[in-house]
Amino acid sequence: MIVRDVVTKVRSKNAGPFWLTIDIFCGTPDAFARIRDGLSTDRVATALAADPAAIKRFDIAPLHVVKFSLPRPTVQGALDDRDMHGAGWAPLIAELDLN
Amino acid sequence: MTRILIPSGALGLGYDQTALDRGVAARPDLIAIDGGSTDSGPSYLGRGLSKYTRAGTKAEWAGLIRARQAAGCPLVIGTAGTCGTDSTVDWLVDITREILAEEGLTATIATLKCEQDPAQIARTTLTALPGAPDIDADTIADCTHIVALAGAEQIMAALDTGADIIIAGRTTDTAIIAALPLQRGDHAGAVWHGAKVGECGALCATNPQSGVLLLDTDADGFTVTPLADGACATPHTVSAHMLYENSDPFILHEPGGYLDVTDATYTAIDDRSVRVTGAEWHIADAYTVKLEGARIAGYQTVALVTIRDPHYVANAAAWCDDILQKHAAKVTARMGPQDYDCQLRIIGQTATLGALDHSPAPASEVGVLAIVTAADQTTAHDIAKLLNPYLLHHPLTRDEEQPTFAFPFSPPEIDKGAAYAFVLHHVMTLKDPMDAFRLEVLA
Repeated sequence: MIVRDVVTKVRSKNAGPFWLTIDIFCGTPDAFARIRDGLSTDRVATALAADPAAIKRFDIAPLHVVKFSLPRPTVQGALDDRDMHGAGWAPLIAELDLN
Repeated sequence: MTRILIPSGALGLGYDQTALDRGVAARPDLIAIDGGSTDSGPSYLGRGLSKYTRAGTKAEWAGLIRARQAAGCPLVIGTAGTCGTDSTVDWLVDITREILAEEGLTATIATLKCEQDPAQIARTTLTALPGAPDIDADTIADCTHIVALAGAEQIMAALDTGADIIIAGRTTDTAIIAALPLQRGDHAGAVWHGAKVGECGALCATNPQSGVLLLDTDADGFTVTPLADGACATPHTVSAHMLYENSDPFILHEPGGYLDVTDATYTAIDDRSVRVTGAEWHIADAYTVKLEGARIAGYQTVALVTIRDPHYVANAAAWCDDILQKHAAKVTARMGPQDYDCQLRIIGQTATLGALDHSPAPASEVGVLAIVTAADQTTAHDIAKLLNPYLLHHPLTRDEEQPTFAFPFSPPEIDKGAAYAFVLHHVMTLKDPMDAFRLEVLA
């Protein structure tokens, strides 16, 4: 089972030019528990080729949201950047396997 | 109590006129709108230009000037002209004067300018924020534009002039909303929290593109009400907005301190309004302003070719790798050693995510986007031209018949001009909030 099978929506956005933030909207308490317990920060880090220690994780039960914020994999608008608004990383997270 | 009318998340995105009229009828104390963002990339700051057209900006701004006239309250725009440089403030002043003359209106205009001298910033002690790039004084001095983000204090100074229309350069998104309620002594935590919730207009509600939002702040909390038909704020939509483009959904840093919404409570007042209390404002020891800067990273030429042959679609990555290798050798042979960057991005496979994309679904066709960046436009253009024979005819193996691929344009090379890079993610400390800013009431 992958993240997309469980949640309502995965959104990624710039949080300024140097940070990326990924919001997983789970929709229900059950789906929230499934993501909270089944999607490790390490797995997200691997998918983004990021340092797990640099990822800030927020499990926000009242909103049924799991949020990850990290230094942007490429700085917004840099020569190697492929996605000015940072929305394209969301499908990568939505396609991750769950434990 | 203070009532702020927010027409939309940014000037240029449009707003619902009927909802705006409702907002005016609700007798706001101030109309506040954001004029920009870094979200569209470094080019606007690098060039000191607006993302939106003059005609589009003028049409929307004229509607807000009329709304201000009807409401009899100040109109404040922050980050005028997308990037908030001095040039974009002047651009909007020019548009404003044109509108006032055409509509036979009079209004006092104050400007707040936020641009910094790169040479001076290069000599200033800066503090890097988390995720900041490695930079040195030369990189900073190389910036074509640097702006400091004004906070509520500078907007308060602008309000103190008594101006009817305040056109500010780069400000934090929240400062233009927070300044007046803070001046009036409303609860600081509630003011900043309400400003954060309201800064994107109706994005904190259902029907998010309707724009118009009313924010009431007072001694204990704030109430948010979207004004368009079919737009409703709920405790969920309002609290969820703290997630949006925010690396920390509970903490928001501003020049004079930080907001903490961990203990906030959200209560539905009716089916469209939400009441929020419990956020706290913490005053910082030092007054710091964030800097944004952009410099030229090079000049670009791009080209696009599309491929429909299944054999080449299936082997597009190998085809691109081979082309890059042969092209690099040809550049050196024809032009001598060059300092440049050449990328081929396979649209239909990995153009969005690059090497991070492990399992792109097979496509029936792919596009190959070539991006050449060099120190000047002529060099970039010439290097891109040397790519052309490969993009047109390169065979996967020597033995196969010469293929031909699809170019949508003639000539295939498109000169893009300068490519800019963001270089600053730093703060500088000010003794007085006005030290880095210039306030002027225009005659």
